[in-house]
Amino acid sequence: MTTLFTILFDGIAYGMLLFVLACGLAVTLGLMNFVNLAHGAFAMTGGYICAVLVNNSGWPFFSALPLAFVSAALIGVALERTLYRHLYTRSHLDQVLFTIGLTFMSVAAVDYIMGSSRIFIKLPAALEGQFDFFGVGIGRYRLMIIVICGLLTVALQLILSKTRFGSRLRAAVDDPRVASGLGINVPQVFAFTFAFGCGLAGLGGALSAEILGLDPYFPLKFMIYFLIVVTVGGSSSITGPFLASLLLGIGDVAGKYYVPKMGPFVIYTIMIVILIWRPNGLFGRTAAR
Amino acid sequence: MSIRSHMVLAASAVAGILAFAPAQAQETVKIGLILPMTGGQASTGKQIDNAVKLYMQQNGDTVAGKKIEIILKDDAAVPDNTKRLAQELIVNDKVSFIAGFGVTPAALAAAPLATQAKVPEIVMAAGTSIITERSPYIVRTSFTLAQSSTIIGDWAAKNGIKKVATLTSDYAPGNDALNFFKQNFTAGGGEIVEEVKVPLQNPDFAPFLQRMKDSKPDAVFVFVPAGQGGNFMKQYAERGLDKSGIRVIGPGDVMDDDLLNGMGDAALGTVTAHLYSAAHPSAANKEFVAAYKKAFNQRPGFMAVGGYDGIRLIYEALKKTGGKTDGDALIEAMKGMKWESPRGPIMIDPETRDIVQNIYIRKVEKVDGELYNVEFATFEAVKDSGKTKK
Repeated sequence: MTTLFTILFDGIAYGMLLFVLACGLAVTLGLMNFVNLAHGAFAMTGGYICAVLVNNSGWPFFSALPLAFVSAALIGVALERTLYRHLYTRSHLDQVLFTIGLTFMSVAAVDYIMGSSRIFIKLPAALEGQFDFFGVGIGRYRLMIIVICGLLTVALQLILSKTRFGSRLRAAVDDPRVASGLGINVPQVFAFTFAFGCGLAGLGGALSAEILGLDPYFPLKFMIYFLIVVTVGGSSSITGPFLASLLLGIGDVAGKYYVPKMGPFVIYTIMIVILIWRPNGLFGRTAAR
Repeated sequence: MSIRSHMVLAASAVAGILAFAPAQAQETVKIGLILPMTGGQASTGKQIDNAVKLYMQQNGDTVAGKKIEIILKDDAAVPDNTKRLAQELIVNDKVSFIAGFGVTPAALAAAPLATQAKVPEIVMAAGTSIITERSPYIVRTSFTLAQSSTIIGDWAAKNGIKKVATLTSDYAPGNDALNFFKQNFTAGGGEIVEEVKVPLQNPDFAPFLQRMKDSKPDAVFVFVPAGQGGNFMKQYAERGLDKSGIRVIGPGDVMDDDLLNGMGDAALGTVTAHLYSAAHPSAANKEFVAAYKKAFNQRPGFMAVGGYDGIRLIYEALKKTGGKTDGDALIEAMKGMKWESPRGPIMIDPETRDIVQNIYIRKVEKVDGELYNVEFATFEAVKDSGKTKK
């Protein structure tokens, strides 16, 4: 019985991690209707920045995390201003080709600068190991992931639904022409949103290094997971990807534990079943816009 | 200067050029080195490339009156690339050897070309048994997984380990490691209580490790490709498996010298069987490690040794043939060759063209503040049991 809870706990932590990694993509893909396959590259950037700060410059892990967010966001805004914004009006195929190219370039660049070996971020001792909670093994690091990601999710949901910025963003997405007619600075809103999405990816990258491993192939290896989360969750809200991440995280971990022979396929099976049942994802809009 | 002296100068210059001409016509022997220099296996490629460079620095670049030229190509461990590069090297560059090969599929992809062109293929890394059987022109200087997995199976059964859970990557070398271990361990009276194959691109070991923990074995047998070993050990410690008294055993790939220090103290006490440790206590190895460290500022791993011995094999074979690059003569020359490698005495098996070497049982210990695989038992002249069984 306690094993069941340990598995559940690991699954939730894994799901939360997937969510932070993928929700930036849900924002760009769902809210901005832009296919950004280079999302993983921003995650990797955050991870490497955190690793360099902690391992080489001796920063404490917890102060390197916000910096991973900020620097990925800054790189995001720089690229948005120079490259991405020219592609907003282009076809999805153009966007896919452009961003996948960017991904390959980032892989080669990081391979060149940092080398291709897998690296680890030196964690503070307080985050290592497990403690026992009524017989359930709770990994300290995974607990931290759940806390950070939980807080982020709540904040994100509040920003989107309750703030002025949130309503501007939704307006800008639904009809950019009318929105700008109402005095909303649409390009600015998009740039900010995009940067925020990249920042989240960067933070996710930094958090995931310990569990998923960090190497230059990160964006390619995990692209599929990001896409699954967004597909299953539907891309019109944050709640959808959040529940999808949890479902996939728990499903993946439980599948690997209980049926290890089937393990890697469980996540795909879940995806297929959900998409047959709800082709637009769990919380997708059923009608066309 | 008079006109005459100009003439003399010109004449002597011409004479000089003529005299120099035969030296320039001195043939070069080209070696095509195909390695993964980028991608997930790049550390293998870099180690081998380094080792080859080191050997050539130490021994010069001429053998039997011929100049050795290395043509390095990056295949990123993708077999399609390997095949295309091998073809280019053989047809366009007219290389006399193809060498390197970071992973099994890469070595196999080049095998038909070696046979067709009668060009020796020197495998310096890839470790599945079948490789040398795919072409009579393949010679291997690295290892086979059978060598270390059978030995650790025997050792575990004899040293109080009764129940073992296995965790291996689901691809050819992983399956080789698992099968050879299982065969020897169960023959010695051991029991496999849990068998998990993890996908090669596995992001998170957590659920598999939990399964290991719940099956309460005496030890976990692990084979994951070099590079993932660090992730595995960290999560093994995170889950408290080290404290619950479950030991880690396996072939030495998990504990590559390259990665060992990055794993932290969780790796302490891990027992593995392998062909090489940077801490191997021989004069030849001390010299090798010191030279390698000086040249590349890091510790050599077992892949570096495979490369170092590979290039040495090429040099020695050329010496024996007097610089002739006929493929059959070179292969004949290599068969049965013996020498003292940094890893200990080794030999090329004349029948299988595979390497015969000592396998050491080692334990991870702290020496001068760094982690090392310290050897404590030796199995001498181990052949690849993947073939001797036939």
